Amino acid sequence: MAVYENKEAAPRSTFGRQLLTAVLATIVLTVLTGVLYPLLITGIAQVLFPGRANGSLIQRDGKVIGSELVGQNFSVDQFLLKNTVPPTQTQALQQYPYFFSRPSAAGAGYDGTASSFSNLGPTSQTLIDLVKGRVAAIKQVTGQGAANVPVDLVTASASGLDPEISPAAATYQVPRIARIRGLPVDQVQQLVNQNTRGRSLGFLGEPGVNVLKLNLALDAAKH
Amino acid sequence: MTTLGWLQIAIYFALLLLLTKPLGVYMYRVFTGERTFMHPVIRPLERLTYRLMAVREDEEQDWVGYTVAVLLFSFVGVVATYLQMRIQAGLPLNYGMAPDGKTPFANVPAGPAFNTAVSFLTNTNWQSYSGESTMSYLTQMMQLTFHNFVSAGAGAAVVLALIRGLTRRQTNKLGNFYVDLTRCILYLLLPICIVYALFLVSQGTIQNLKPYVAAATIQGTPQIVPMGPNASQEAIKMLGINGGGFFNANSAHPLTNPSPLTNFIEMLSIFSLPAGLTYMFGRMVGRQRQGWAIFAVFSALFLTGVAVTYPAEAAGNPNLRNVGVDDRVSAGQAGGNMEGKETRFGITHSALFAVITTDASCGAVIAGHDSFTPLGGAVPLFNMMSGEVIFGGVGSGLYGMLVFVIVAVFVAGLMVGRTPEYLGKKIEAFDIKMATLAILVPSFVILLLSAVASVLPAGTSSIFNGGPHGLSEILYAYSSGVANNGSAFAGLGANTDYYNSTIGVAMFLGRFFIIIPVLALAGSLASKKLVPASSGTFPTDGPLFVGLVIGVVVIVGGLTFFPALALGPLVDHLLMNAGQLF
Repeated sequence: MAVYENKEAAPRSTFGRQLLTAVLATIVLTVLTGVLYPLLITGIAQVLFPGRANGSLIQRDGKVIGSELVGQNFSVDQFLLKNTVPPTQTQALQQYPYFFSRPSAAGAGYDGTASSFSNLGPTSQTLIDLVKGRVAAIKQVTGQGAANVPVDLVTASASGLDPEISPAAATYQVPRIARIRGLPVDQVQQLVNQNTRGRSLGFLGEPGVNVLKLNLALDAAKH
Repeated sequence: MTTLGWLQIAIYFALLLLLTKPLGVYMYRVFTGERTFMHPVIRPLERLTYRLMAVREDEEQDWVGYTVAVLLFSFVGVVATYLQMRIQAGLPLNYGMAPDGKTPFANVPAGPAFNTAVSFLTNTNWQSYSGESTMSYLTQMMQLTFHNFVSAGAGAAVVLALIRGLTRRQTNKLGNFYVDLTRCILYLLLPICIVYALFLVSQGTIQNLKPYVAAATIQGTPQIVPMGPNASQEAIKMLGINGGGFFNANSAHPLTNPSPLTNFIEMLSIFSLPAGLTYMFGRMVGRQRQGWAIFAVFSALFLTGVAVTYPAEAAGNPNLRNVGVDDRVSAGQAGGNMEGKETRFGITHSALFAVITTDASCGAVIAGHDSFTPLGGAVPLFNMMSGEVIFGGVGSGLYGMLVFVIVAVFVAGLMVGRTPEYLGKKIEAFDIKMATLAILVPSFVILLLSAVASVLPAGTSSIFNGGPHGLSEILYAYSSGVANNGSAFAGLGANTDYYNSTIGVAMFLGRFFIIIPVLALAGSLASKKLVPASSGTFPTDGPLFVGLVIGVVVIVGGLTFFPALALGPLVDHLLMNAGQLF
């Protein structure tokens, strides 16, 4: 802005000059913080952490099957839509062959373009009915009768894309999975342990079991 | 509740305490123009920025000039953002949601575009839209990321003007808005964000400019994995205490906040600048204890909030236990009220984050606040109602708290029958009027708009949860808007013309009807002379005064909002325990 190099020529603090500065500042700071900064981060990220920066994608046979960080719909909700008659073992294998993930409020369930929580409040009849249905379904296919269901397995996550369940929720499902997959309980529990992430730095947050990785390991396990 | 949970909260607070001094010293140097270790790199950039903006570094403004600068800059920013959203369909880097990238997002309709522009301008970051299904990458970068920087910078600028008002004598000069803004962005926000964003990417936060990816899941159903320049926005969103998420699920999204470690850093980053500002304040007024007194007020109110919300969420929902849910703490799970919470964050992080994000004017969320227990959700609500003065936004928290301090000084003056003084400045009628205005206007707007929305069909038809919880949703929406927070009891269907416009107005009033009185106060204080401290001067750096300020915040907030809180969260709490459902 060469015109303001010369202090004598510069207008005093007039409204017009204030407006000009406001416009110029918006342009300059937009370029700096809205273009250069994100591009700089993108450039460095793509060089240093390409896998992470691009979504921690998991490939199998050259095809993307999902992201390590984005949960997929193994939720009990999708099975609630199907028949409620107790299935035979063959049917169970077809219908419930995987560890359940958490229920999801993202679109129709784990919709990557519609992340969301359920927003259902603690006194919502809808919430209690939903949870009741999930508990009944899980108890039915588990066949464990009395054992109450770990809370995270029947409540929707915050993102609707939670990739994990608690170790308690995974262990709860081990006998059922072992039975319908024809695998030893110890082996299934070991797969759970192998796919459990501990607390960050040993003390932060909660441990979690990555459901997609666990189910992939289950598919790969020898019968 | 677990011992480990309390331990994490204690470690969080200890780390915050450790950060306060170094950050405060650095900010002091930056904002007084002293040389810092960043100068060799940034000083040339700073001078270039002033030249490009036609700003003269040594030219200071009086309070009217400073206010006009804030308002004009805000006006241009809001217009630019509105316009770009309205034409984003034809602009580059708009891939839409389809993995082939060939179906761009449409132009944002007028209602949400207005709401969003005001929202980001005012550092509220209320979002009536879903980022991943509405905004192009270019809009996210050029408008939303930009506002994250400048609205934080503007907040810092205003508190600097107020501090100059307190420390200078018999002058009308409060500094130069653009110099304060530029220094905040160049020396403080940008360098930290560059490191911070790259750390986030290293942990799994995405940062790319690619179209969404189609995945063929092992169950055969397709899933779309969203992409975008997320980490760069996430870093400033937290550091600048903005809170507007790249994705709808905000910081709960695993591609945004992938681990407990990233979450812990995010929580620290929200409070770090307001904590540092208290130290900077002490140094600027030449009495470090004055800064620590404010820090003590912040900390006491913050920890009280945590002590309510964490146990409430850990206690869980009795209505779920009644239908066969195991929500006890055990070796394999954290238990508690897990509806709307992520596995990796569990109860401790979710509760702590909710208190932090509403103490500060952040509004980012890692959990669904609408699904919190009534008492757990009442704390975030109260935090916003009391004006986000517990650490608060960048600058806005400190100037909001200084307004309460001035009221507290006035109350103390009335009690002992002396003209109130603060830091050697006589507090007179005009100053009290401005402070009162800054406290009353926001409260009035929250209650009025909530009351109107509670009776108009246009307001009540958006309610999602029945019973008293529905009233909490409306109260939360307007408190969040006025307090420039941006978090929500998101069940409320706020993307309607009625809510987009009224919350838009609420955000605007909540920002500028505090900034203008605060700058007027700064101008008035700057013109006064210093009164030497005498034996009759009420000390404003001791425990007695800290207690008095806390009392003023709680009593003003309590008296104003107790009836509304009683009808919303308190009744909700009693009904939840009685098993009454809606």
